[in-house]
Amino acid sequence: MKKHILDLSVKAVERLSDKHVLLRLTDDKPLPEMLPGQFVEVRVDGSSSTFLRRPISINFVDYSANELWLMVAMVGDGTRKLGDLQPGDTLNCVLPLGNGFTIANSQKPLAKSLLVGGGVGVAPLLYLGEVLQQQGCEVTFLLGGRGAKDLLELSLFNRYGRVCVTTEDGAMGEKGFVTNHSVLAESFDKIFTCGPTPMMKAVARYANEKGIDCEASLENMMACGLGACLCCVEKTTEGNLCVCKDGPVFNIKRLLWQN
Amino acid sequence: MAKLNVNIGALSLKNPVMTASGTFGYGIEFEDFIDLAGLGGIIVKGTTLKPRQGNDYPRMAETASGMLNCVGLQNKGVDYFCEHIYPQIKDIDTNMIVNVSGSSPEDYAECAARIDALDMIPAIELNISCPNVKDGGMAFGVTCAGASSVVKAVRQAYHKTLIVKLSPNVTDIAEIARSVEAEGADSVSLINTLMGMAIDVEKRKKVLSIGTGGLSGPCVKPVALRMVNQVAKAVKIPVVGLGGISTAKDALEFLMAGATAIEIGTANFIDPAVTIKVRDGINEWLDAHGCQDIHEIIGCV
Repeated sequence: MKKHILDLSVKAVERLSDKHVLLRLTDDKPLPEMLPGQFVEVRVDGSSSTFLRRPISINFVDYSANELWLMVAMVGDGTRKLGDLQPGDTLNCVLPLGNGFTIANSQKPLAKSLLVGGGVGVAPLLYLGEVLQQQGCEVTFLLGGRGAKDLLELSLFNRYGRVCVTTEDGAMGEKGFVTNHSVLAESFDKIFTCGPTPMMKAVARYANEKGIDCEASLENMMACGLGACLCCVEKTTEGNLCVCKDGPVFNIKRLLWQN
Repeated sequence: MAKLNVNIGALSLKNPVMTASGTFGYGIEFEDFIDLAGLGGIIVKGTTLKPRQGNDYPRMAETASGMLNCVGLQNKGVDYFCEHIYPQIKDIDTNMIVNVSGSSPEDYAECAARIDALDMIPAIELNISCPNVKDGGMAFGVTCAGASSVVKAVRQAYHKTLIVKLSPNVTDIAEIARSVEAEGADSVSLINTLMGMAIDVEKRKKVLSIGTGGLSGPCVKPVALRMVNQVAKAVKIPVVGLGGISTAKDALEFLMAGATAIEIGTANFIDPAVTIKVRDGINEWLDAHGCQDIHEIIGCV
């Protein structure tokens, strides 16, 4: 899949919470093909403490509107600068990067999958949900947050499947963690997960116990995003692999998460 | 269009712009962004005799205008390189140069000998300056005796162009350069990264898994430039300059300081197409200033 360096134009900036913004980007030319689970390395201009690009997962691609959506959690100076972008600004992007989720299998399309996300980790699940639904898969989203304000884009997730929610304070959905939710009593043929590592590890334990195929999208600190610098490695059954190039999506069987 | 070609020993470069080891993979990672044949050379990842897993994560910390890394020479070993990677890169129409590292002079020599047998690899860059490995690496590059011992062993085993990459973590880099020149190095490249540290104040812990790492990026450029100038005056062999180069102006500074060629490293992470922009910028500057040949500015300061 060919990678590009593009100066994308900011079409809209939507504030999703006090810590999250949605950047809707567009270009004069049609956007290149991108897969659910892939990410973009964005250049941050105007922040003296930010040197490297920031890897941001692809939240959604609307080909009909020629829009790429990036959900940004404003956690440091660099990402806060991204939150300050205004419509009409330009964002330099290297894309699409990484492998993406494993979904395309015409012999055996998925019948019923569970997409488990927490925090900003819900971002890639929206685009994944849309693609799975188009393939005829029954999609269930299981989204967790500390409180109701941490649950992002719920109305959008509703378009592509059933939405189940947990909050730690019980303000919305079932109280507790995603792995406490009653929907887990149902059977699924695949689980996709993205979010905080402790959450993904808990989801992986559940998938292992039930014998369900499971993929997790990791978020290690990156520099190049291209598999050149070998900074973002994760220990796997095949040794140290780059999250940026060999991932960010890994089948949990390849990860050394047992401990 | 000024003449941009330069020579490093017997090695002829179509222009002085190369990529720094460990920042450009094997070149193919960047082929979507630039025409690799437009570069003077590509110095591929550090290669060792035996496979190495490298250091634990975290291996990287961002700094103001740069970054620290402690990757630790992760690579699959020279045999894997010869068998699986060389066939993929040998037809790239530029100088494909292998960066070689080791933990003893014998190791370095054995690894270099394997690469000597590869027709389409015209040169190696000997890494006696990696700050991120316990065994070997920088240990050899910080004393004249250590540097000489490795270069002497490799010179006997390796018959093509031998570039030796120097560590800036020394009192007198010119002295190290003179000792590797005396052992038959065809060129020296400098600087490798500067040893540094980062601390996470919330965790009250060092950020990098091994505590320290090598600093690179625009923040090291003035140090690198000073050292390139010192070494260029101290040796007769050509000097390859690197350290924080991210624009054509940066590259011109190194050339004027005495570098015959330059390498671009960390800047590739910010702009994967930066190398070609630097090459074009050098050419435009020469044209704008009425220079017919890049040699008119090399070492002009």
